[in-house]
Amino acid sequence: MAEPVLAVRDLHKRYGSQEALGGVDLEVGAGQLVGLLGPNGAGKSTLTKIACGLVRPSGGAVEVLGKPAGSPQARAALGYLAELFRFPGWCTAEELLRFHQRLAGSAGGGVERRELLELVGLGEAADKRIEAMSKGMQQRLGVAQALVGSPRLLLLDEPTSALDPVGRRIVRELLEELRRRGGAVLLNSHLLSEVELVCDHVAIIAGGRLVKAGTPEGLAGPAAVEVETESGVRTFEGATREDAPRIVADLVAAGESVYRVEVRHSSLEDVYLDAVGGETG
Amino acid sequence: MSAQLRSAAAVVGLSIQEGIRRRVFLAVLLLTAGFLALFGLGSHFAFRDVEGFAAGEPAILDAHAFTGAVIFGLAMFATLFLGAVLAVFLTLGVVRGDAESGLLQPIVVRPIGRTTMLVARFAGAALLSASYVLIVYFAACAITEATGDWSPDHLLSPALGLALAVAIIAALSLLASTLLSVTAQGIVVFMVFGAGLTAGLLAQIGQAINSDSLHTIGRVATWALPFEGLYTASLHALISGTSGLTGVVLQLGPFGASEAAGPGLIAWAFAYLLGVVGLAAFAFSRRDL
Repeated sequence: MAEPVLAVRDLHKRYGSQEALGGVDLEVGAGQLVGLLGPNGAGKSTLTKIACGLVRPSGGAVEVLGKPAGSPQARAALGYLAELFRFPGWCTAEELLRFHQRLAGSAGGGVERRELLELVGLGEAADKRIEAMSKGMQQRLGVAQALVGSPRLLLLDEPTSALDPVGRRIVRELLEELRRRGGAVLLNSHLLSEVELVCDHVAIIAGGRLVKAGTPEGLAGPAAVEVETESGVRTFEGATREDAPRIVADLVAAGESVYRVEVRHSSLEDVYLDAVGGETG
Repeated sequence: MSAQLRSAAAVVGLSIQEGIRRRVFLAVLLLTAGFLALFGLGSHFAFRDVEGFAAGEPAILDAHAFTGAVIFGLAMFATLFLGAVLAVFLTLGVVRGDAESGLLQPIVVRPIGRTTMLVARFAGAALLSASYVLIVYFAACAITEATGDWSPDHLLSPALGLALAVAIIAALSLLASTLLSVTAQGIVVFMVFGAGLTAGLLAQIGQAINSDSLHTIGRVATWALPFEGLYTASLHALISGTSGLTGVVLQLGPFGASEAAGPGLIAWAFAYLLGVVGLAAFAFSRRDL
């Protein structure tokens, strides 16, 4: 089996007497987009910060491409966008990316800078000072900054929180493109619909522990098949899409007229609420 | 160029670029020009008036040398103060302040690493502050030479002493930035700066009134805060060749001193500087961001 790009094993973190993470295991493979969900204070940002070396773990291990998180080799392999970040306001978008190219040792030059700015829809704002940009533009610039040097692992902490629907779509398409290129992404988000749309794996954290993990389809499994007949609406709990033709055939054979058939799924939101038990930070 | 050096150069370059773009350097340049103009004016009138005041009197005190040393000693104090202000502001919020505002995280997750980033910020601040101090010092020197035909007994050693003193202040400020918020950092560093200078003055008073206790306080302060010892030694070097009553009176201060910098103080100042930067790097490496 290929080595995971990000491997989190029995990760613990305590801030004084408060436990932020209580033994989390998680893996992100190449070309995989993993969504990390959880209420405020669940430990999502702490996990991300440990993965990029900003916070020291109290126990367990985190490795990026087999190197300990925080080591120069691990840092060289990742791009990161913090939930709360700020760039020097006097800088232009172009200057900021050039600075990060030098820090990341990227030889992409002007071509890479232009490509990244185009990718996040800031092609026309290359010479605009950051302090003159809207919050949404700054967040898209933050995503571009994280992509400098084509990192193997992208850690994004609420990258779309300040974006309008168009901005969110740009980032979503960007993430899908990254996945196609084989990049690994760990995405922290509160936006369940967004995670459901782009992520191929979801991990739900609550109270510093991993409470549920799997594919969005696997988690949000089928709940029932609902059929409307002349005698009313009948629900077949636990039935799947594959069961629907048989159910309809049985009903018709029994002499019933079928007006409507609907396969009902439990949404990711239902799964999330069930997993976190209504907890909110 | 190694990756670490290239990254360090990028961090220093960004700080310098910020200074230029935010017109910090322009403001410093204009205000310094104002200070030097005022100093030139004061120096001119001081030398002119003291020549008239002393004319025809028996020469107990070399009024010209006295005026030159006092006025230049004042310039030394102003230079140290301005250099300290620059050193503190260039290192303000480097760690905790920038971490709280979210400026630091995108940088330290890059391969540059924390220690290189911190040393680069220190090197940038120390180099700029020390260069500034050297420029102001030599400008003040040229002014006293032009207005009163007076120059210090030693030209280079006081300048280097002041430059090293502001580098130490930059290091102390850097250390404070790893532990304190921006406001607390500024307050603490300026209080330490003031405490150091006050202890130096106490030592001078102790010397003048022959008080061992006061003199000991000054000596301890010199070792605990070597920027003060370097400043005092620089003041001494200005007048170390001035003999007779003039030399004795000047050594009483406030803009003269009797303690020379021995090799021990210089070695200690460098060791102290490295120790403080090392401590700041250690504190930064342990800090969760």
